[in-house]
Formats: sequence, structure tokens, C-alpha cells
Amino acid sequence: MTPLLETVGLTRYFGSFAACRKIDLAVRAGERHAILGENGAGKSTLVKMIYGALTPSAGEIRWRGRTVSLDGPGAARALGVGMVHQTFSLFDALTVAENVALALPGAMPRGIAGRIAGIARTHRLGIDPDRPVHDLSAGERQRVEILRCLLQKPRLMIMDEPTSVLTPQETRSLFDMLERLSSEGIAILYISHRLAEVRALCESATILRGGECAATCDPREETADGLAAMMIGRAVNKPTRRARPAEPGPVRLRLNGLTSGRLKNIDLDVRGGEILGIAGIAGEGQSALMAALTGEETVAPDMIEIEGRAMGRASPTERRLAGAAFVPEERLGHAAVTEMALPQNILLSHHRAERLAPGGWIDARKARNWADRVRGDFDVRSGSARPVAGALSGGNLQKFVVGREILRNPRVLAVSQPTGGIDPGATAVIRGALIRLAERGAAVLAISQDLEELFVLASRIAVLHAGRLSAPEPVEGLTAERVGLLMAGARAA
Amino acid sequence: MIALQKRPAPSAPMTLASPALALALTAAAGAAILAAMGMEVGTALWIYFVSPFADGYSRSELAVKAVPLALIGAGLAVSFRANVWNIGAAGQYTLGAVVAGWVALSFPSAESGFWLIPYLAAGVLGGAAWAAVPAFLRTRFGANEILVSLMLTYVAALLLDWLVRGPWRDPAGFGFPQSPDFAQAFLMPLLAPPDRLHAGVLAAPVAAGLLAVMMGRTIKGFEIAVIGAAPRAGIFGGFNQPGVTWFVLLLSGGLAGLAGAIEVSATVRQLQPDIAAGYGFTAIIVAFLGRLNPAGAVPGALVLAASHIGGENAQILLKLPKNVSFVFQGLLLFFLLVCDTLIRYRVRFSGRA
Repeated sequence: MTPLLETVGLTRYFGSFAACRKIDLAVRAGERHAILGENGAGKSTLVKMIYGALTPSAGEIRWRGRTVSLDGPGAARALGVGMVHQTFSLFDALTVAENVALALPGAMPRGIAGRIAGIARTHRLGIDPDRPVHDLSAGERQRVEILRCLLQKPRLMIMDEPTSVLTPQETRSLFDMLERLSSEGIAILYISHRLAEVRALCESATILRGGECAATCDPREETADGLAAMMIGRAVNKPTRRARPAEPGPVRLRLNGLTSGRLKNIDLDVRGGEILGIAGIAGEGQSALMAALTGEETVAPDMIEIEGRAMGRASPTERRLAGAAFVPEERLGHAAVTEMALPQNILLSHHRAERLAPGGWIDARKARNWADRVRGDFDVRSGSARPVAGALSGGNLQKFVVGREILRNPRVLAVSQPTGGIDPGATAVIRGALIRLAERGAAVLAISQDLEELFVLASRIAVLHAGRLSAPEPVEGLTAERVGLLMAGARAA
Repeated sequence: MIALQKRPAPSAPMTLASPALALALTAAAGAAILAAMGMEVGTALWIYFVSPFADGYSRSELAVKAVPLALIGAGLAVSFRANVWNIGAAGQYTLGAVVAGWVALSFPSAESGFWLIPYLAAGVLGGAAWAAVPAFLRTRFGANEILVSLMLTYVAALLLDWLVRGPWRDPAGFGFPQSPDFAQAFLMPLLAPPDRLHAGVLAAPVAAGLLAVMMGRTIKGFEIAVIGAAPRAGIFGGFNQPGVTWFVLLLSGGLAGLAGAIEVSATVRQLQPDIAAGYGFTAIIVAFLGRLNPAGAVPGALVLAASHIGGENAQILLKLPKNVSFVFQGLLLFFLLVCDTLIRYRVRFSGRA
């Protein structure tokens, strides 16, 4: 049978750099097909070519066996290629019908409401066209995007990392819906780096590595470790969670009724020797929490205690001198300065805490030694001998940023999205280092949207929802479903 | 088909080659303009670009013109690195001259050369005080420092104009808008009379050198660069964004004020409405030509001073309007910004798109 979509030797150069080289891909009608790969493996370049947003340098795209040339997303849409983007583009103040009408040329909200209701019924989307978008949860917003895509009667639907903002329950219902759509004959091209999801949903997978097609397989017949090994080209050393410390250590970080930005009255103790995980979907107050912890936003002094000292009003530098260290979520422009070299990025957070500028004069050699130590201990790889931060790949920069803080041997470490968007190899290095830091007696607070990660790392997990924090619970008695309920806002019972 | 392609990392050689390329392109475009005006191109270019260096008198004038440009340009380079756009150095220069002039006019019978110290200090304070206004408004209310500092330039010019027409007018000046001459104590010693080369020229390389050391070797310079490049990273690092805004505005304002005090003391020797001679704005080009490195402001200032003197020579020898030299300066800045694109991008020629 002719595949619905086929790419033959599809290649795209950016200058002399091949982002995609000779990719062969075949997707049958109704097939759920995953594109798996690390950051920078060429996933988005490939998808952009299929979606008509990039022209291939060589190779061809065939649709139902016929070679097509896509000179824009419009041409791809006309064939029946639909795309659901990672981030939503909806107007909060408008209703579902109005948002959908905006995307369809010539459609009026009134006329389209019926069609929306019809499609929502056939596909069991459970969406009321008259509801304003600001009332909708992230999962429902995504369904609006999917609905907008379905109105164009696609034969192939591309989903780009669709679960990054969803709770586990919402992910489950998204998968049910995608399975229904595929049983109706719509092919799904599912872009992800989350192995468990790909194994749960997809029937076939194309694995990209370094811009080339590394393997094609049935992910249901592979183990997660096997898939990860295909993605990075070697076996992954998984960090193992240690047993919980028999004796809980002293309280090193304490929040007393912390209220700042979206945060409402948060109480929390983090003890030496433990990693406390904070779960929650994006935008529930994580950034306010991180800013209050680092000292970028100051609060009343006794709201934050570090090593028993009231530090709510202290500057980031004073907190570092008291033994704390921080890894913010954004690597470039926050944790590191894009256009500065690595020794200067060491200086950024360590200039006082590690006395790299005695009397105001920069000790360049000491900063260089520091950078070399981080690069050695954390396996930070780069194309050149003296790279700027922006020249490192996401995984290598994250290893550098985390390593920079961990090598200080802090007594308290607050880290946000420790492995957000990076490859399995770097993820293993970072998780292992966080676990060893806690074993040495530090209190680690890890904020993450990746529940799997928190279950690997943390000994207790609390959930941040609408600026409030649930009481932390030991992971032993905790299930993903229970955390998911808390993430969706159910009362802690 | 010509395409611009982003380089993986900014090119260091191109950072230095860009000003040279821009100068060459300015000369080429200038030649075309002069040819269109019916000039003998070779002679005209010689007068513009070579005659300022040709003899001792011209070289002395060159140094005298370059001093205020280098002082202001070095300060602006630091300010721009912090992403604080002090466009009002002309006003700070004027206020420096006014406050220093007030000291000079208050002591008409001063004799000791030590009087230059409070005189110059007053210049620094005047310029810094004028720059404190945009610093306060930006850090307190978020007002745009470009607009505030630029508008204060006009306020400063009108203030000076009112002073020399009103309260400070020389009673023996035949009604001209000018102050009395400064006492001898407030005049910069000349290094090689009768040329105007004066002791103040030493201030430019010293100030530019000190600032270059600050930017390259001290944590203060690092703080400025980080806050300018990535403010969130700077705050994460424990640096103080409002503090940097204050620091660079007071610094660049103070240097502009010092330049005003030196210039008035060395060349004009009294206050007049037109002491500024556009230094404050030309110094913006100087800062960019010097790659926003304070040390680079010295060669940058020499280039701009040369174009100024070349323009004056051309005005005398070729009967060219003085505005032609402003056209050349504008061309230089234009080509410099164009060439700076090549630091981050490379040009590729290909058969087709």
C-alpha cells in the first residue's frame, strides 16, 4: 500500500551544516508515528519541511505516492497536513468559536459555532464553542488547537511536544483522542523526546540522531533504555536513587508563609540529605518561587530561612555566601550570558562566593581554572577550546550551569527544570550529580514539570497549583495519578 | 544571489577590520561626492584625509580637537556597554563648562595654578549632575534615558545662552554674549607655544586607559558588561541594575563635564554660547568607532578630529561648504554600522536562492 506521506533522502543545509541529511520516512494513513530525537537532532527541521515552512536542500516529499513541492504552510494545509504547535496561539478574551473563526479566512463566529459543535461531538472533544478561552485548562486549550486543525480536514496531523503543559490525566485523555483520530484514518506524526509517551502511544518511530535517521522501530517492542540508547548512540547510565537517609538531616531551607507574586502563604522545610520535588504544570507560580529563593525578588526577612538565618530580604550574593546556590530555568540570558566565555560565566555567580575578584580585581586564572574543572567534572563538550555560552548545545550548557553550582558544594541548592529540553546523556549526568549532592548532606529543592524526573530524584514531592503548595508527601506512597490530581487543583485530602 | 549567513560566533578579526573597511568605504563614497561636485578628487581627498597630519601645527590642532572627543567617547563607550544610551553628552559637556566657568568667574584675581584642580573638579560635578537627571528618572520612573538626556542638551544650551547674555555678561564686552575672560590661573598650560597643544591632552589617554582597565580587569567593569548584555543574568549574579545605570551615567556625564571644562580653559578662555562645537554628538561616533572599548575612543577621536580639521582645510582651500565634513561623518557612522553586520554574519554568493 502506498504510504500517505513519504520523504526520500530529505536533506536540509544551513550553510555548510546539515540539520537533516537523507531522511527517509514513511507514514501510512491512520498510523501513529513518532519522531524521536535529542535536542538538535533535526526533529523540528524535518517537521518544518513537511509542513512547508522550510524548503528542502535535496530529496523529495511524496504525498500518496506523488512528488509534491511545498512552497509554504498553505500548500501543505491544502494537501491535508495539519500542525498543532507546542505553544498555543489563542486569545484569552475571545470564545472558542471566535478563536477558531479567526484562523479560518472568511468565517464568522456565529456560523462556525455549529460546525465546531459538530466536530467536537464526532471526535468527542468535549468543547463548548461559547466558552471564553480564559476559562479553559491547558488540556482544553490544546483541544481547541486540535479542533482548529481538524476543521481543515487534515489527513496527517503533526503534534509538536504536545504534553509539555499537560497533567498526567490530560495526557491520558489526549492519547485516547489521538487513538480515536487515528482509527478514523488520520495519521499522527508525534514529535517528542519523552520515551514513555512514545511507547504508550505510537506504533512506529523514526529516531533521529545528529540530523540523520538512526533507526526505525516499533517503540512498543523496545525498552525505554533501548530507545534512549538509539537516540544518543550509546547506552545511558541511569542515576539510581539512593535509599532515603535513615536520619533526616537538619532543616537547611525553610519557607514561612512565603507570599510573593502568585505565591500564597507557602510553608516548607527542606532537610539536609533530601531532594524535595515541586511538581506542577507550567505557570503555577514556579518562576515567582524561584525568584524569591534566589533573592531576585525580596520578601519579608523571616519568610525565607537559609541555614537558620532569616534571608528573605538578602541579595543573591548574601544568600550564596550563606551557603545557597541556584540554577534558574532559563539557561541563556539568566543562568548564563550568551555572548560571554565560560570563565566569565563562572564569575557571574561566583565572584563573591568563591572570592574570584579579591579587592575588585578579577582573578582571571582562578576563574579559568574553575571553568576547566566544571568542564572536566561534568563532561561539558564544545566545538572550540574557548566557547561562549551560546555556542554550547542545550545539554552541555545545562551541565555547565548545574556543575558550576554543585562544585561549590552548597548546603542548599534550588534548581528549576534541572533537565528541561536536554538529551538523555546530559540528563543522566545532572540527575546523578544532584543525587550525590544530597547524599553529601545538602538540601536540594527541585522544581520540575517532568513528573517522571521527580519520581526518580525526590524523596518527597509537593505540588504547586495556582500559587499554593500542597503538603509534601513521601514518594513511596505516591502515585502519578495522585500527583496529577493535585496538579489539576484537587484539594489535598 | 547574495545572502547573509549568521556566523556560529561573532568574528573577532572582523570587529577590528570593520572600522578600517568603513573608513575605506567613506573615502570611496566621499570621492564620488567630490567628483560629482566637480572637484579634483585626488587633491580633495588629500586635503581631507592627509593634510591634518601633514605639519606640526595641524598635528597640534588635531590633538586639541581629539581631547574632548576622546574623553566623552571613552565615557560613552562604558555607558553604551551597560545598554544605557546617554545621548546627551553635549548637555553634560555644556554644564561642565558652566559650573567650572562659575568657579573661574568667581575668582577673577586667582593666580596659583592649583586653582585648576577645583576648576576641573567643578566641571566633573557639573556634567555628572546633569547626567544624574536621566539616571534618577530612569531608575525611579523607568523614563527613557535617550529622550531625557537628549532633551536636557537643549536646556543646557539655553541655560548657557541666558547666562552669557544676562548675569555673566562681560560689562566690557561691547554687548557681545560672552563672559569676562578667565583669570590666568584657570588657563591650561600650553605645552609647545605658540601651538595650542595644552596639558589637558594628557587627560584623554589617561582616562581612556583607566576605563579600559576597569572594563577588562575589575568586577565593576564585568558588572557593567553583564548588566548590559543580559540584565536578568546580572541580577541573578547579584549585580545591581539601577546601581549600574547611575554609575555609567555619572561617569560618562562627569567625563563630558571634564571635557567641557578643559576645552573652555584651553581654547575659548571664556564662556560663549557656542563652546560645544558638536563634540557631544560626534563622540557617539567615536565610541562606536572605538568598538565600545574605552581605549578605542582615542584612535576613534583622532579619526573624527582629522575629518573635522580636513573639513576646515577643505573649506579654506577648496571653498567647500563646512557641511560636507558633517556628510563625511554621517557616512562614516553609516558605513560602520553596515560593516558591523559582518561581525555576526558572513556574505555568501550563490547561483540561486
